[in-house]
Amino acid sequence: MSAASAPIRNVTGKPLPSTVRVGLSRTGLEVKQFFREKEQLIFTFFFPIIFLGIFSAVFSDSDFQGGVNAATYFTPGMIASGIFLTSFQSLAITIALERDEDLLKRLRGTPMSPQSYFFGKIGLVLVTSIAQFGLLLAIAGLLLGVDIPSEPSKWLNFVWIFVLGTASGSALGIAFSVVPKSGKAASAVVTPVVLLLQFMSGVYFVYSSLPSWMRDVASVFPLKWLAQGMRSVFLPDAFEVNEPGGSWQLGLGAIVLSVWLVLGLVVAQRVFRWTRRDAG
Amino acid sequence: MTDTDNAVRVRGLVKRYPDKVAVAGVDLDIHRGEVFALLGPNGAGKTTTVEVLEGYRRADEGEISVLGVDPAKGDRVWRSRLGIVAQTSRDEAELTVAELVNHYAGYYPDPRDPDEVIASVGLDEKRKTRTRKLSGGQRRRLDVALGVVGNPELLFLDEPTTGFDPEARRQFWTLIEDLRTEGTTILLTTHYLDEAEHLADRVGVIADGRMIEVGTPETLGGRGARTARVSWLDGDGAHVVRTDQPTAEVAALMARFGGEVPELEIRRPSLEDIYLDLIASVGVTADAALEGAVR
Repeated sequence: MSAASAPIRNVTGKPLPSTVRVGLSRTGLEVKQFFREKEQLIFTFFFPIIFLGIFSAVFSDSDFQGGVNAATYFTPGMIASGIFLTSFQSLAITIALERDEDLLKRLRGTPMSPQSYFFGKIGLVLVTSIAQFGLLLAIAGLLLGVDIPSEPSKWLNFVWIFVLGTASGSALGIAFSVVPKSGKAASAVVTPVVLLLQFMSGVYFVYSSLPSWMRDVASVFPLKWLAQGMRSVFLPDAFEVNEPGGSWQLGLGAIVLSVWLVLGLVVAQRVFRWTRRDAG
Repeated sequence: MTDTDNAVRVRGLVKRYPDKVAVAGVDLDIHRGEVFALLGPNGAGKTTTVEVLEGYRRADEGEISVLGVDPAKGDRVWRSRLGIVAQTSRDEAELTVAELVNHYAGYYPDPRDPDEVIASVGLDEKRKTRTRKLSGGQRRRLDVALGVVGNPELLFLDEPTTGFDPEARRQFWTLIEDLRTEGTTILLTTHYLDEAEHLADRVGVIADGRMIEVGTPETLGGRGARTARVSWLDGDGAHVVRTDQPTAEVAALMARFGGEVPELEIRRPSLEDIYLDLIASVGVTADAALEGAVR
């Protein structure tokens, strides 16, 4: 037993790996995990695509005026819905699970910077939402006969709406991840919230046909504005008169989404924890 | 003994929870390069003590130094010198052994070679297996791989072999012995006395939030704790004699009985016997001590 005389190892003085490098490595790991988990893949990634297929089949005979078919009408809603799923739902559920399974605690015990963890989560949201959008657009355009807009101004709008949508959804998802009391409860707590918002925000219906009180409630939440913004991009200009107030309300939408983004960031920073609630 | 000889130095650690005092004034020194085993019943304060050292919890009172740093102020560089293997894990089920060990290596400034680490924990054949499909023992060995891949100076192992079969435990012990040989300081908590006896240079016994004894596995319980007990049976019933000279005692008995001694047994208390005696002996007094600490 020569414990006391064991060599004291020198600290090598090598620098820690950079936050960005570890963040990129975490992004790769997150994406790998996402596409290996069947539940995530079906209920987050393919869900809007499946629904677009179902809706365009069910309402194939319906008339949406102006020569617009069902697939065209529902495409913007499904894009908005997809953004909300890959950001809010995906993060709220997986982070709740990771906390419950003590992964967050394990990570906190390593020299990994917390910023690298969130870098990885944002990276995951960007990769999955862009891939989902690409697939949705390809199926809509090639199989369902949806007219894809070509005006640069519309795509410029799309970019900021997309960025603001994923950003606010991600911040809110990170904050909401503390709500489920256990990993098992995560899906059961998060999914109904998302579903309810989808129904009220006119993702599955013609928004203007919803009762006005429901539209008022939906107007508080971000998904309604995300869907409305996407309609402005993917529906013909003639549809603008059908919106409440006869306008796409892009300015107001940008404000509401930004407020939710800031609120999400502030709350997430205050409530986020690396250990389970019962861990003391 | 200077600070550089101690990987861990704790004086008067107190940690209170709303409903109880979990740690009521613990002192602890862990020398560099030794394997220190922390023993104690469930709820004795083992895990709380270890989690304070790891920086997961804040102490309410006390002086704490881990690798020369107060864990409450431990930064990323400090964390890069530690390895932590927690009690249970079931996370990251869809990633493979090789993916995880390589990924975690990327967190550290001077990691070990991931392939060598995987081989050292005996998971070479499971490199491409997703963790979901590993057995309990294999998963535990992966946890150790993730704990040591950063080449830590100090390794925390919290009940590492719970649920292992005897063979897996033996393999695991070899792994720990190898780490010790390489100079890693190890703090081990365990329920298994044979494990502590086999692996630890020194053992600390915690009960009711206090460190009631620290010593080598051979000297724990003080002089006399290992004294042989000679027992036999006669017309008056069962007899037990504690003696340093059991052979002489048996010779005397043989002379008295004129041959065979009925139900003769010579026993030396195991570490487990000594440990159980220790725990039992503090039951009441430690409660009183705790009351004092609450006030």
